[in-house]
Amino acid sequence: MTTARHWLLDESPASRLQANLGHAYRMALQLARNPLAMVGAFILLLLILAALFAPWIAPYSPLGQNLEARLLPPSAQHWMGTDELGRDIFSRVIYGARITLTIVALVAVISAPLGLLIGAISGYFGGWTDKLLMGVTDVFLSMPKLILALAFVAALGPGIENAIIAIAITSWPAYARIARAETLTFRNSEFISATRLLGASHARIITRHVLPLCTSSMIVRVTLDMAGIILTAAGLGFLGLGAQPPLPEWGAMISRGRTFILDQWWVATMPGFAIIVVSLGFCFLGDGLRDVLDPKQGGKS
Amino acid sequence: MSAISLKNLDISYGPTKVVQGVDIEVAEGESFALVGESGSGKSTVLKAIAGLAPEWTGEISVLGQPRGHMVDHGFARRCQMVFQDPYASLHPRKTVDAVLSEPLQVQGIGNRGRRVVEMLAAVGLDTRFRFRFPHQLSGGQRQRVAIARALMLEPRVMLLDEPTSALDVSVQAEILNLLKRLRREQGLTYLLVTHNLPVVSFMCDRMAVMNKGRIVEIAPATALHDGSFQDPYTQSLYAASGGNPDRKDI
Repeated sequence: MTTARHWLLDESPASRLQANLGHAYRMALQLARNPLAMVGAFILLLLILAALFAPWIAPYSPLGQNLEARLLPPSAQHWMGTDELGRDIFSRVIYGARITLTIVALVAVISAPLGLLIGAISGYFGGWTDKLLMGVTDVFLSMPKLILALAFVAALGPGIENAIIAIAITSWPAYARIARAETLTFRNSEFISATRLLGASHARIITRHVLPLCTSSMIVRVTLDMAGIILTAAGLGFLGLGAQPPLPEWGAMISRGRTFILDQWWVATMPGFAIIVVSLGFCFLGDGLRDVLDPKQGGKS
Repeated sequence: MSAISLKNLDISYGPTKVVQGVDIEVAEGESFALVGESGSGKSTVLKAIAGLAPEWTGEISVLGQPRGHMVDHGFARRCQMVFQDPYASLHPRKTVDAVLSEPLQVQGIGNRGRRVVEMLAAVGLDTRFRFRFPHQLSGGQRQRVAIARALMLEPRVMLLDEPTSALDVSVQAEILNLLKRLRREQGLTYLLVTHNLPVVSFMCDRMAVMNKGRIVEIAPATALHDGSFQDPYTQSLYAASGGNPDRKDI
């Protein structure tokens, strides 16, 4: 254990792999020193575990109805009570983690690289390329996210896939803006000039030199935005345009529980708690990551 | 054939003309200095030769080949540049190994591992520095890495943009000695920009003095010993730097 630690923290690594692993290990150590970030990481770990092992964790089927056990309050048998069709809310929340995780992951995978690339190209080349790309970005930015997503879903038809596409389309412009701003700060710096003098192509400079410097702030921003993405997905679900019944999507569950909110509060509250906890988890982790990954600090630590 | 030949070179940044009517011939194997105050346009001349200041008119040729206005792939193997600030000229997220391998990858040269190790030895860096990040190196070590990167493609002409002015005095001497040794060993041609006259007398054969974008005088570096300058501006610059640079400490 100590030898592995020494190997990782070696000031003079002997190979590329050791240097990179050491770098990652140092960052992990720094992250571990931030208690809130660890809370966030723990919540996300729970979410991932819940999604992975849902069939083993959930005591009941998320879809199976039992009309004799309708709207039961939380008890030892049903930890979060049951809904209007007698389905166990705890089981549905656990299965809902899968849907939430899918939405979050797919949106991140689609919109972050797209925004990153557009922003980096825009900032690196400047001039007309910049004006054109940022014009398009501004058009998307000027519309409220949820409304734009609503319009897309209305055009594409309701459903979880279309909700993901709609959220991804509406969330890339913010990333493009950040990547562009970040790129502008070092596009004229000497290490970029030096690379150009080596005969490197623009494509190479963007992918190998510009993008790696933008990614850390991007990771932070994406983690912080995850809460917003979950809320947008829940919002779409609430409006009936996201996941369709009987899928246990948290937003849709709140929407169904709205009818009974005064007499059977748990139906809407439990999935609401899940949304809050997971959103908080992402926020905490994002905050911690910002401290670790911020390029302005990374060089000095 | 001259290593660098500039004929009637005018350089502008947008509407402002920064450099006017520069004529310089640097012979192969020579070390030539461009001297002047800040803003006199000396770094701009280097940038134009390198291809980083594309708005110029006149003629630039390097090793007998006229050069276009943009950065080009083949030119990289003949001529490289070392920048002033070693803290800004290395990518903060790349190890020394990655920085030195990059020129070889770009130009499609094989046997990278061995070449990187050899070059580290040539610039006086221990191999234990190979996989460090720039923030784990001192200023002098970073500048050695920057010099090593420029030399990876075995260019015959080196453009040096105040290579020591961002460093501590003791480290300056080390880097100057390194540059001097490399020139002797590899028969390099240097075009050095500096505002430091002692550096010129230590490193260079000839010097051109620039003021407000024009060359006012071209003199042998030996003129620094006896002060035999013709132009009044050069004389005042010489006097301001304290006369014979060899008589005072660098």
